[in-house]
Amino acid sequence: MDGHIAATAAGLDVERVRADFPILGERVHGKTLVFLDSAASAQKPRQVISAMTRCMETAYANVHRGAYRLSEQATDAYEAARAAVARFLGAGDSREVVFTRNSTEAINLVAHSYGRGVMKPDRAVLISEMEHHANIVPWQMLRDERGVELRVCRVTDAGELDLEDLSAKLADGKVGLVAVTHMSNALGTVTPAERIASMAHDAGALVLFDGSQAAVHRRVDVQAVGADFYVFTGHKLYGPTGIGVLWARAELLDRMPPFLGGGEMIASVTFEKTTWAPFPAKFEAGTPPIIESVGLRAAIDYVSAVGMPAVEAHERRLVDHAMRRLSDVDGLTVLGRAQDRGGVFSFALDNAHPHDLSTLLDRAGIAVRAGRHCAEPLHARFGQEGGTCRASFGLYTTAAEVDTLAEALTAARRFFA
Amino acid sequence: MFDDLRDLYQEVILDHGRKPRNFRRLDGADRTARGDNPLCGDRMELFVNLSPEGRIAEAAFQGRGCAISMASASLMTETVQGKTQAEAAELSGKFRELAMSGACPECGASIADEMERLQPLAGVHEFPSRVKCATLAWHTLNAALVDEAQERTASSE
Repeated sequence: MDGHIAATAAGLDVERVRADFPILGERVHGKTLVFLDSAASAQKPRQVISAMTRCMETAYANVHRGAYRLSEQATDAYEAARAAVARFLGAGDSREVVFTRNSTEAINLVAHSYGRGVMKPDRAVLISEMEHHANIVPWQMLRDERGVELRVCRVTDAGELDLEDLSAKLADGKVGLVAVTHMSNALGTVTPAERIASMAHDAGALVLFDGSQAAVHRRVDVQAVGADFYVFTGHKLYGPTGIGVLWARAELLDRMPPFLGGGEMIASVTFEKTTWAPFPAKFEAGTPPIIESVGLRAAIDYVSAVGMPAVEAHERRLVDHAMRRLSDVDGLTVLGRAQDRGGVFSFALDNAHPHDLSTLLDRAGIAVRAGRHCAEPLHARFGQEGGTCRASFGLYTTAAEVDTLAEALTAARRFFA
Repeated sequence: MFDDLRDLYQEVILDHGRKPRNFRRLDGADRTARGDNPLCGDRMELFVNLSPEGRIAEAAFQGRGCAISMASASLMTETVQGKTQAEAAELSGKFRELAMSGACPECGASIADEMERLQPLAGVHEFPSRVKCATLAWHTLNAALVDEAQERTASSE
């Protein structure tokens, strides 16, 4: 951080935050950019950009290899990033933080090393209807390869996890792992993680949370929640692409076999036998995302200085404002109405296909996602097979931007009338 | 607010998007194919009946998608009626050029009427992410007209 904290006692100072994000000054089709696609990937503050540049200009070399000054500096920076992630997640031990390429790779790592390597094939994995494809497909692959049963917890019409169904599907004690989102990337629903973890544990199952969205929108404490595995990705947290995180309890990482093989993850190699390095190195084969780790650390420092509670409160106000404004738009349907939701929601206009709608919104400078947001089963569940548009907020989103969206939606409906 | 988008969404496109022509299933059609755009979820099924001499006697489709993809499929089913399979394939290639570049300088007088009918879709060339919406129907037609023993599925990807 450049000694600058964009939060006050009254909350987050959005204009000061916006000044840190150079891209927000860009114009699109002659209009001021209204970026409402942070859930797909967030924009980057100057602090992240300059930390990565500084690393490459002054302190870059490969890590854990060279016995020279630059390599030691890079190694220190990489390990400092790991410690920053551990603090960010409330983890007790930074060795429990494994760097991956993104959330998808982190979930695949668990499906491979825990699912294939530790869990017995007669167990089941329980996911939910509102998962991102990244938390569906790796488990289907595990099922198809190992015969592990895959169960799917229902989502209520309000867009919340059906906890009665969760309980019913845990009842026979066969579930070895519950793998669910901590916040839906399509509905914005925040799931009751603590309750889910305790239900899973009572039924003899471990629990993995996909925190790709939740970690961006509120304070996460993996120990308080009772998580066994927690994943998130750097680029949605205002950091760079190419770095993600798996946090897992030390005892699990210790028992899990490696995911990828190669350099960095070994203790010794002969052609007859190779022994593994202790975790987290065991799961970090090859040259890791060094520059990206510096960027992720800068991003964590940035959101921590703003304060995750301030971010959460800011987004909650924006969502409330959005729901009020959008209820005035004729013909608009918002998916789900969860009690606890973050700054993400999907919507459909009765006379415009989501792709036509997003082309129009783009013309007004507004960037939204159109399609099924990697949540095809959820769209089927809500009868929106053709897709929806999704607006998502970041700490730089303003109420005026929400107003611009509402006005553009009204105009779009007239356009297609 | 969106007046400058009238080049893309011309009245013909909006009309065909809202009320697609030949929007029906042809039971027992001589040729059928499915077209998918996995990125956006657009999906269509195309039905073609051939005359004894191999011309397209009737083309119809069902499916869901954006105004551009529905209008393109609708206009296509009208345009290819009565064409030989070779003529339909030629039109398909020329249409792709129109959608990608906004013009078809090599289009000769023999297909001038057909290209004029398809001209309202030329506006998509300024919207790279939307070109596939316009070409999906034609990819699907190509798939329907290939050797009938083959599995016929077109993808815009």
